[in-house]
Amino acid sequence: MTKTYQELPLTPISDAPSTINLTGYWRVIRPVVDKEKCKRCTICWKFCPDGSIVLVDGVPEIDLNYCKGCGICAHECPSKCITMVQEGQE
Amino acid sequence: MRKVMTGNYASAYGAKLSRAEVIAAYPITPQTSIVEKLADMVSAGELNAKFIPVESEHSAMAACIAAEIAGARTYTATSSHGLTLMHEVLMWASGARLPIVMTNVSRAMAPPWSVWVDHMDSIAQRDTGWLQFFCQSNQEVLDTIIMAYKVCESKSVMLPAMVIEDAFILSHTSEPVDIPEQDAVDSFLPSYEPEFKLEPGKAMGFGSLVRPDQYMEFRYKAMLAMKDAHDRFLRVEQEFKQVFGREHGGLLERYRCDDAEVVLVAAGSVAGTAKEVVDAMRAKNIPVGLARIRAFRPFPHDEVRALASKVAGLAVLDRSYTFGAAGAMFTEIKASVYSCAKRPVMKNYIAGLGGRDITPRILERIFEDMLLVAKRPEEGEVEWVDVAGLPKRWK
Repeated sequence: MTKTYQELPLTPISDAPSTINLTGYWRVIRPVVDKEKCKRCTICWKFCPDGSIVLVDGVPEIDLNYCKGCGICAHECPSKCITMVQEGQE
Repeated sequence: MRKVMTGNYASAYGAKLSRAEVIAAYPITPQTSIVEKLADMVSAGELNAKFIPVESEHSAMAACIAAEIAGARTYTATSSHGLTLMHEVLMWASGARLPIVMTNVSRAMAPPWSVWVDHMDSIAQRDTGWLQFFCQSNQEVLDTIIMAYKVCESKSVMLPAMVIEDAFILSHTSEPVDIPEQDAVDSFLPSYEPEFKLEPGKAMGFGSLVRPDQYMEFRYKAMLAMKDAHDRFLRVEQEFKQVFGREHGGLLERYRCDDAEVVLVAAGSVAGTAKEVVDAMRAKNIPVGLARIRAFRPFPHDEVRALASKVAGLAVLDRSYTFGAAGAMFTEIKASVYSCAKRPVMKNYIAGLGGRDITPRILERIFEDMLLVAKRPEEGEVEWVDVAGLPKRWK
């Protein structure tokens, strides 16, 4: 709800880190990992610009709350085990 | 205690007496001796501050911003290209409502390369939301730094300020300066207690994104704060006078302006010379006066209007030039005076760029010119003074 200037603090101050913003909803394409083909090289994890990849036993799990679907992980994966899929499709 | 010192040392003592807790700075001519002196004070244990040597002026201001958000009183100093490199973060400091105080040793912008006095660097920061105080003497530099912290840190202001000393004329020229007692400064200027600050273990974001539905409200608040800074400064200076026994003339200092026919408006060290010229001309019964702009932001519109309605001519001396327009002080004063029922004739004199001397003789010629122009407005209201190749002789 819009606040009046009297109600607002001096400058925008938030008491929570920016992780409260679930930026995953910006996504139009989604990375899907083929865990059988994954060689556990962790290159996708190193390249993800948003820290949205969590490694579970060396295998990437995508945090869809924050993944914006940029596709860098799929592009960098040497074993081609990540494919980008249109949102709304399997 | 009175000591003979340069304007730069007066700045350093001003920051020390104000108990700056974090100082981040990058050296640049002619500011260097300010931060050298402060580094000495910190290393000798005379000043309990964190001194952060940084790799650029942009970083110096960024470090001050971060420290100020964490609740520290911060100070920095710069000049010319250093100030203009800070431009982006100057906006951040005011938008985040951080009462940082900085000395700018006003120096010409290059090219042509120059290290001498000129107000272009300061004037170019006009719209950053900083308070700007131009000083005439080394004493005023020291006093204004202490006053600036008090004005800026008051809850209704919470904006940063730059205290401006003219390159070399103040920065490297020694004058007797009274150094107030630390106890007196401590009671005048209590420690900085912001309403919100970063604290360990508590996640907070400052200056975060707002959507178009809330942006204007924040800018409106800053506008009110700058407006309040005008009256706040006058009150703080009166309080300062009660404690330390001196003042420097409010936002617009008026010198022998009563019954003056023509008044020269100027800022910075040239005002000292102009006062001598006014005295000499008054001795010959020539009715002239001087108005010195101390605060360029907040601009003393009401004071200018009150003065303008009583004189026949206003000569405005700008030590910088805004290409495609006129001197910035002139433009501002003209805008103020427009709403006066009775308007004086006005003329802009561009002088002293890049450290060119503005001699008593030149100032006398400006007064004489304005006395004529006030009776017979000439064509063209902006004149460049003492330029080789122009027909008019000023010396």
